[in-house]
Amino acid sequence: MISLDVWMRENPLTYVWFGSYAVALLIFAIEIAMVVHRRKITLQQVRMMHDAGEEE
Amino acid sequence: MKKSSMLDLLVLVIRRDLVLAMRRRADVLTTLVFFVMVVSLFPLGVGPELSMLRKMAPGVLWVAALLASMLSLGRLFSADYLDGTLEQMMLAPQSLSMLVLGKMAAHWMVSGLPLVLMAPVLGLQFDMSVQALGVLIVGLLLGTPILSMIGAIGAALTLGLRGGGVLLSLLVLPLCIPVLIFGTGAVEAISSGLSVVSHLSLLGALLVLSFVFTPWVTAQALRISME
Amino acid sequence: MAINWFKYSAPTTFYGLAGKMIPWFAFSAAILFAVGLYIGFFIAPMDAQQGEFYRIIFIHVPASMMSMFLYMVMAGYAALGLIFNTRLSAMMASAIAPTGALFTVVSLWTGALWGKPMWGTWWMWDARMTSELILLFLYLGFIALHASIDEPRRADRAAALLAIVGSVNVPIIYFSVKWWNTLHQGATIKFSGTSMHIAMQQAMFTMLAACWLYAIAVALARVRSIILERERNTVWIAELPEVKQ
Repeated sequence: MISLDVWMRENPLTYVWFGSYAVALLIFAIEIAMVVHRRKITLQQVRMMHDAGEEE
Repeated sequence: MKKSSMLDLLVLVIRRDLVLAMRRRADVLTTLVFFVMVVSLFPLGVGPELSMLRKMAPGVLWVAALLASMLSLGRLFSADYLDGTLEQMMLAPQSLSMLVLGKMAAHWMVSGLPLVLMAPVLGLQFDMSVQALGVLIVGLLLGTPILSMIGAIGAALTLGLRGGGVLLSLLVLPLCIPVLIFGTGAVEAISSGLSVVSHLSLLGALLVLSFVFTPWVTAQALRISME
Repeated sequence: MAINWFKYSAPTTFYGLAGKMIPWFAFSAAILFAVGLYIGFFIAPMDAQQGEFYRIIFIHVPASMMSMFLYMVMAGYAALGLIFNTRLSAMMASAIAPTGALFTVVSLWTGALWGKPMWGTWWMWDARMTSELILLFLYLGFIALHASIDEPRRADRAAALLAIVGSVNVPIIYFSVKWWNTLHQGATIKFSGTSMHIAMQQAMFTMLAACWLYAIAVALARVRSIILERERNTVWIAELPEVKQ
């Protein structure tokens, strides 16, 4: 842990970037991916339902 | 006439729930045994030094009381829901909030009051002083009804859901945090020679607030769940 | 005007409107993020007391503010849905919840990373961090309750009631935690005395605006999926170009 402390003080900008901004952007990216995925799945389901309805 | 009939109703609901609880005494005892066990486990976990235990006592007792009251919340409405009584209650001309208040009171008498009465004995295990014990009991007397009332909202919202117990704790525990803070704060204040009036009056204010609002909110929640 | 409002509060029209608005919000959010980061890292000067570490503020403060605002917005939509029985408000409330929870996570994470160089510890039981943690629990409770009820109408209404109860409780929780904290620690470390440079303020407000636009874009995208799911049996869904294909 002490080595982390020293490293942190020597490279504050790297710490700030990789520690908070990269993680925050990653969280946003995951959320966007989840939303896009949900849209895709929902559209597929709705299409399948309507296709099944037309064939009957 | 109207007022007395409301009170009669309240007494009726409380008496009915108490009789039902007495028929299933094991349920009541489980809560109490759980409380005693959780509290007794702490010294085994953190070591027997009395100075540390004395410091931890209010927190441990309060958290254990909080968890124990979660345990019995699931049963608050579920039995009446399953046998259809709840539906009849909702169709009754009397106010649902009043019925709910009666059920909350009965729940507190069955699961809160035994904990309050048991707490001093457990406090002695932690070498609490007599004054601290007194404040602890007053705090628990003011606080455990709030736990029952807030818990009733959660119980009504999760009525008849699978995995309701865990979900109920997730919903209710964050809302109970102020009660925990003021309850333990009062005991700590008296231990360090400060006045306990502010803590206890805040607890009292929370009690009045919950008394006014939670029966109505719980009644709404029941309506939502029963639709 | 009044008629117009109600027209857009119907899922049918809102679905199309949201679809048109999402790219604009997403695009301007991306630009503002870039601008905010540029000002924050290249124009804003180094802080005399906190060195480079203070630059976490540009994500931490907007994320914390968003987490609280979004809870209030969510509770507001929930109340609208409960009182006026509008379908769309309830859908918006459940679309906002995950975004709010994620902003709370970002706020807690960046707060911990800021705390380490400043206070020497990842976590302090200080009033703001503790309330933020409790806020996360409230979000999770809302999401869990909504997810565990199968019937959409009951799920909407039950979760809405919980959100309202939660929003009434948020101030009580905040003040009790604050009081508890001063009782235990005597003094909280505050960042008073450091006057903010104008560029720092600009960077922070730009980032805050970017976070708002991002949250709106994501919530709208999510609400579109929810509308599709809920209304899948209707005629207008069957006639959507993306469904027909």
